[in-house]
Amino acid sequence: MGCEPLAGGRRELVHVHEVEVSLGGRTVLRDVDFRIAEGEFVGLIGTNGSGKTTLLRVVLGLQATTAGEVLVAGREGRRGGPIGYVPQRVAFDHDVPVRVADFVALGVDGTRLGLARRDRGVHERVEEVLASLELGALAGRRLGALSGGEQQRVLMAHALVSRPRLLLLDEPLANLDLPRVHETIAVLDRICRAEGVAVVLSAHEISPLVPVMDRVVYIAHGRVACGTTDEVVRPEVLSALYGHHVDVLNVHGRVVVVEGEPGDPGTHPEVVVR
Amino acid sequence: MIHWFVEPGFWSNPVVGTALVLGAVVAVVSAAVGVMVVVRGQSFAGHALTDVAMAGGAGASLVGASPLVGFLLAGIVGGGSIEAAGAERIRDRDVGTGVVLGAAAGLTALFLYFVSSSTSATGSTQSVLFGSVFTVSPSVVPLSLAVAAATLATLFIVRRPLLLSSLSPELAAARGVRPRAMGLLFVLVLAASVALSALVIGAILSTALLVGPAFAALRVARGLVGATLGAIVAGVAAVELGILLSYDSFYWSAAHRSVPVSACVVGVVLVEVAASAVWSRLRRGRGR
Amino acid sequence: MANAWLAGTLVAIVSGAVGLFVVVRNSTFAAHAIPNGAFAGAAGATLVGASPLLGLVVFSVASALGIAAFGRRRNDVVTALALVTMLAAGAAFLAASGAYEPAIDALLFGEVLGVSRGEVLALALLVVGAGVVLALVFRSLLYASVTEEVAAARGVAVRALDTVFLVLVAVTAGLAVPVVGALLTFALTVGPPAAARTLVARPGRALALATALSLACVWAAIASAYLSGWPIGFFVGAYAAAEYVSARAASSWRERRARP
Ligand SMILES: Nc1ncnc2c1ncn2[C@@H]1O[C@H](COP(=O)(O)OP(=O)(O)O)[C@@H](O)[C@H]1O
Ligand SMILES: [Mg+2]
Repeated sequence: MGCEPLAGGRRELVHVHEVEVSLGGRTVLRDVDFRIAEGEFVGLIGTNGSGKTTLLRVVLGLQATTAGEVLVAGREGRRGGPIGYVPQRVAFDHDVPVRVADFVALGVDGTRLGLARRDRGVHERVEEVLASLELGALAGRRLGALSGGEQQRVLMAHALVSRPRLLLLDEPLANLDLPRVHETIAVLDRICRAEGVAVVLSAHEISPLVPVMDRVVYIAHGRVACGTTDEVVRPEVLSALYGHHVDVLNVHGRVVVVEGEPGDPGTHPEVVVR
Repeated sequence: MIHWFVEPGFWSNPVVGTALVLGAVVAVVSAAVGVMVVVRGQSFAGHALTDVAMAGGAGASLVGASPLVGFLLAGIVGGGSIEAAGAERIRDRDVGTGVVLGAAAGLTALFLYFVSSSTSATGSTQSVLFGSVFTVSPSVVPLSLAVAAATLATLFIVRRPLLLSSLSPELAAARGVRPRAMGLLFVLVLAASVALSALVIGAILSTALLVGPAFAALRVARGLVGATLGAIVAGVAAVELGILLSYDSFYWSAAHRSVPVSACVVGVVLVEVAASAVWSRLRRGRGR
Repeated sequence: MANAWLAGTLVAIVSGAVGLFVVVRNSTFAAHAIPNGAFAGAAGATLVGASPLLGLVVFSVASALGIAAFGRRRNDVVTALALVTMLAAGAAFLAASGAYEPAIDALLFGEVLGVSRGEVLALALLVVGAGVVLALVFRSLLYASVTEEVAAARGVAVRALDTVFLVLVAVTAGLAVPVVGALLTFALTVGPPAAARTLVARPGRALALATALSLACVWAAIASAYLSGWPIGFFVGAYAAAEYVSARAASSWRERRARP
């Protein structure tokens, strides 16, 4: 399937080859194959429980695989690579006494042991990242006192401050209202284009991402399809993925994925794409 | 001129001198460790380790070893067991701690039974449970200082990865920090700090100085550095003021019975916590 | 000996039942702090010449109410502070009354072999009372323990339940402290119920198993203490921990076998 990195001489950043993952004795992902080039914007699309978080954790080196190979920047997938990560849920306690700027700085030196003070360069980099995400005003606030949306933005700053080559975001749009969704996507698009950071964003809805995505990685039933939106969101591709017939309907400009034959008893329409 | 407040002999008394110095050292270590204890929500483990350390103290007095060694060894073994018993799920952490605590309490009972049936030493329970800075012999001062310095140095060196894995184990793991290793390391630091303070100032004050000043300071300060400094100031103030009050209390009543140091220090700590609560409420009231 | 056996049995029944909720609600620390508050109370009662049992109950209920009132947020810290306050009060009472050490030992580590017939009767009354309260709140307490917010939205008085529950823990403490001692009351409240919850998921069965394990723990401890002459507290602590460790081992073995 159309999984080669885009043309234009971009180098490969992530290579996932025939990966299989089991959780609690059940195979959650199998034969997962895709590549991501430097500076690409990739949407990782799938319904709840389809394995998006698991796949991101595989790339991060947090989830062991039962088969296959994962390379990030040409090296075996392992923790602490050049990757920024924004988890799906980080609920900071209301009274966590850590300021936003200090938390973001941990993105640079949070892994370092030692006696040394934080140097000037770190502070400058933190200010720069906070400014680029329009978080300058929150720098001195306590982490726990921020709203959910603000915390998520701060997590993005934390992920970006160490200048990663790959940014993984797990359902960053799930709890945002529509204007915030578009705003967040615009920010991520800018980071992707201006700084050459490859962005992988998981979501259960594809529609708001269509204008910015270079590629889709689509998960269903433990399998993955990969390509441009037009290549992947088609009946024959998704039918192969689901293992039975799937229709892709275009209703009022919204794309709707429907599982099973029309009138087939016991089928559930699954609305995925607008 | 200040004799109306500080009773005669306070400054010249060598026992009081040792108490003031050791009390301050223990207060500094407890406050610094305590800030992370409160952030990580491990007050229970912090308290349980005093009882675990006491089992070691009782065991040491049974075999005639140095009590500080007994306290430290038991603290380290107990800390490791607490981490092992409850690490799988955060939710189960307290249960694991509780089981270790129950077992340690049982061992203490057994050791004390052997101690009291093999020697005629009296007051062993009381000194193990309540401790008293007034009864510490100056000979433990050097070893106590060494343990305190080692504890503080370790905490300082690991502070950033420790904070990151306390805030979010998932994020820390993604960056290559091992949250479970950090958790174990911290519990060992905690065990050393608690063993030291339980021996020097007793189990009650060990918990009070670990949790109280840190909690008060965390409410008032905005960042972690400020909170740590504030906790240290609050902790040292509580110990010194408590010792002074206890010493003075001898002259308060005609019967000349002092109020125990532990009660005085806890009193000061509670005042500090109440003050921080009032302060943070006022600040919130002003729209901060 | 007969009295000891009866008293131990009564304490085991109520500790097992209340302890299950202690474990499910994650109130382990409070369950530890409250018997210790009770210790302070007994010392205070000696000071004013009142009955230690009255002192136990008054002070343990007072510390339970304190934790319930201030501990909605940062429960662990509030519990720790309540505990040190009670212990410091106990130390001050003891210093003021000049009571001697064996009294402390007895309260901390228990003296089940010296229980009187009157104390057994008092225990029996308290067990019946605690049983009635637990039966009345069982369902809603379970609901609130599992999903507090949903239960509150459905109209369960979550805060009142929390208070009732902690008072129940306090009454258990008041019962059990003179029998197995403050330190070991706690071991009995946590070890057997935690073991039961590890092994079975259904609340009714867990309750039955917790009570059974708790009884086994106390009976074995009394017999061992009687035979060896060693303090009963040691055996309660050791057997409770052993039950929990075995339960964890059994459940992880079962999980490993369940995997293909
Ligand atoms: N620790 C686990 N043990 C067993 N199964 C798990 C575990 N974590 C996740 N799963 C299962 O793996 C599947 C994928 O989960 P996940 O990656 O979290 O999905 P998504 O992020 O797409 O919602 C789900 O069916 C889920 O139930
Ligand atoms: Mg997910």
